[in-house]
Amino acid sequence: MNRTLASRLLPLLATALVLVGLFAAAGATYDHFLSLRVVLNLFKDRAFLGVVAVGMTFVILSGGIDLSVGAVMAFTTVFIASMMGTHGWPAPAAIAVAVAIGTTFGLFQGWIIHHFRIPAFLVTLAGMFLARGMAFVVSPGSIEIRDAFYDDLGERGVPLGDGLLLTVGPLIFLLLLATGMVVAHGTRFGRNVYALGGSETSAALMGLPVAGTRIAVYALCGGCAALGGVISTLALSSGDPTRGTGLELDAIAATVIGGTALTGGRGWLFGTFLGVLILGTIKMILDFDGSLDPAWLRLASGGLLLAFILLQKLVARQSVS
Amino acid sequence: MNPSRSTVLWPLLALAALLAFNAAASPGFFQLEWKDGRLFGTLVDIFNQGARVPMLLALGMTLVIATGGVDLSVGSLMAVSGAVAATQVNAGAPVAQAVAAGLLLATALGLVNGLLIARVGLQPIIATLVMMVAGRGLAMLLTDSQMVPFQNRSLTWLANGSLAGLPVPVFIVLLLAGITGWALRHSAAGLFIEATGDNEQASRLAGIRTGGVRIAVYAFSGFCAGLSGVLEASNISAADPARIGDTRELDAIFAVVAGGTALTGGRFSLAGSVAGALLLQTLTLTLYNQNVPPAVAPVPKALVILAVCLLHSPRLRARFSRRPQPAAA
Repeated sequence: MNRTLASRLLPLLATALVLVGLFAAAGATYDHFLSLRVVLNLFKDRAFLGVVAVGMTFVILSGGIDLSVGAVMAFTTVFIASMMGTHGWPAPAAIAVAVAIGTTFGLFQGWIIHHFRIPAFLVTLAGMFLARGMAFVVSPGSIEIRDAFYDDLGERGVPLGDGLLLTVGPLIFLLLLATGMVVAHGTRFGRNVYALGGSETSAALMGLPVAGTRIAVYALCGGCAALGGVISTLALSSGDPTRGTGLELDAIAATVIGGTALTGGRGWLFGTFLGVLILGTIKMILDFDGSLDPAWLRLASGGLLLAFILLQKLVARQSVS
Repeated sequence: MNPSRSTVLWPLLALAALLAFNAAASPGFFQLEWKDGRLFGTLVDIFNQGARVPMLLALGMTLVIATGGVDLSVGSLMAVSGAVAATQVNAGAPVAQAVAAGLLLATALGLVNGLLIARVGLQPIIATLVMMVAGRGLAMLLTDSQMVPFQNRSLTWLANGSLAGLPVPVFIVLLLAGITGWALRHSAAGLFIEATGDNEQASRLAGIRTGGVRIAVYAFSGFCAGLSGVLEASNISAADPARIGDTRELDAIFAVVAGGTALTGGRFSLAGSVAGALLLQTLTLTLYNQNVPPAVAPVPKALVILAVCLLHSPRLRARFSRRPQPAAA
């Protein structure tokens, strides 16, 4: 019992070690890397990824996958920018409607996946193209957001001394993460998600609401993707139909690097948090260096994802034998 | 209704409907013109562009899907092989060597997909998703994220030349499709692929080396993507690492699924996929003709692919067949 728990925690431990190692190595290589300012920048820069990854973790825990998150985020950014700029909506209304659209979109995908037994990757791949195309329908190019309330919201935050702020985006991410952890580990819905990911047949035989859980998980993920879009507009004061390309892989990578099994049923939201920080640190290193090609970011996140999947395979094999 | 008998029929019916719409909506759609020793016209374009990307990708994708997998990396592998061929030609290599290098690298990356899936045991979506991102990164690194233009008449001829009045890619792809189809049906290979997709465990127990079968189909898919990437680069005399093959994986899946190969694996139809690719290309050109911006074009495509999947869904079929009267069309 203790041994299996230890071997289950091993991926999480490996993740934490990689994070510490990366940060230490970067601190040794670049001046001024080890500072609160860099950490806060990292959080501000990757908050949208974190929010999207929380939703993705729930989907993967339930044994599914959602490839549409990047496109849904892109749609949200142009939708908000267009509604506020062109149609003069107040910011809260635009945000609320955008998150509602994302949630409904996810709900619809979950419904198709569950009721028609079509593979999740295919439905969400089609959803990805659908949402991306709709983003271009709303606006073929980037739209700037000029709004006093919005600018103000983007600059607000919890002061941490030295004139440093924990801004709204990271704050939303941390709150969502905390809520997600409570939901995943402390509520009936959370246990249903784990049960569904562990074995759908067993979950159904135990009388758990399989249909409702699965649809809710995709709705949650769609809502998180939209919320990620909201954070992105707050940080950049613009909407762009091309934003979030490849985000689905980053979110999956953060989840899997954090120790969540792609087969579902096993994992932790806290691991996803560490995964987001690892990807963020790599991004920070690339930003700091400047001489490295941004293409390395893609190669690095792909390579890390692969390495951690292999590690999980190894651990799974050991705990079986 | 027997689903296997309708494989080629459905895409052809949809194609006929689309063509009929075009005949009514855009005059001159069926016009063919003989100029400078070759045939010009929208129909030729459909065949040419359809062969260059969707048909080629669908060839490899059909076999991958038949084994119960999927290959999301084809678009990125196109970019890799196009980038290799273009940089090689610019470095002074002979065309044959440049093209071979591009094809080889794409095939090798496809092989890596296969190894990760069959030997390491990764889910096909994940292994090929990693390759999709890493492959695009590799193409960017090979070209310093810049477009690589080249001036080489033989390489440009591959996509722009003509034989007997018809574009070269049509011959290349139909030849490859013919050879593949013939080889699979006149040897046990086709059966092995279908068996692997139907029930991998049973196939393995029956003595089929399912691992080898899966590795081979992903390598073949990589090869097809590589060839398609070379033709795309040849078409515009440049390799664009960011744009070549972007979102094309959905096109390939579209062609295969519309062609009647089930996503769950098992039975496949190459003829169906070729018809599906033609359907896709006709749809794309129809959208262009109706002034739908290229960036928006994925929306109707995604809707059609969802509709086709819903039609394939056993649940929906059962619901309709339970009713006494046939469903209204």
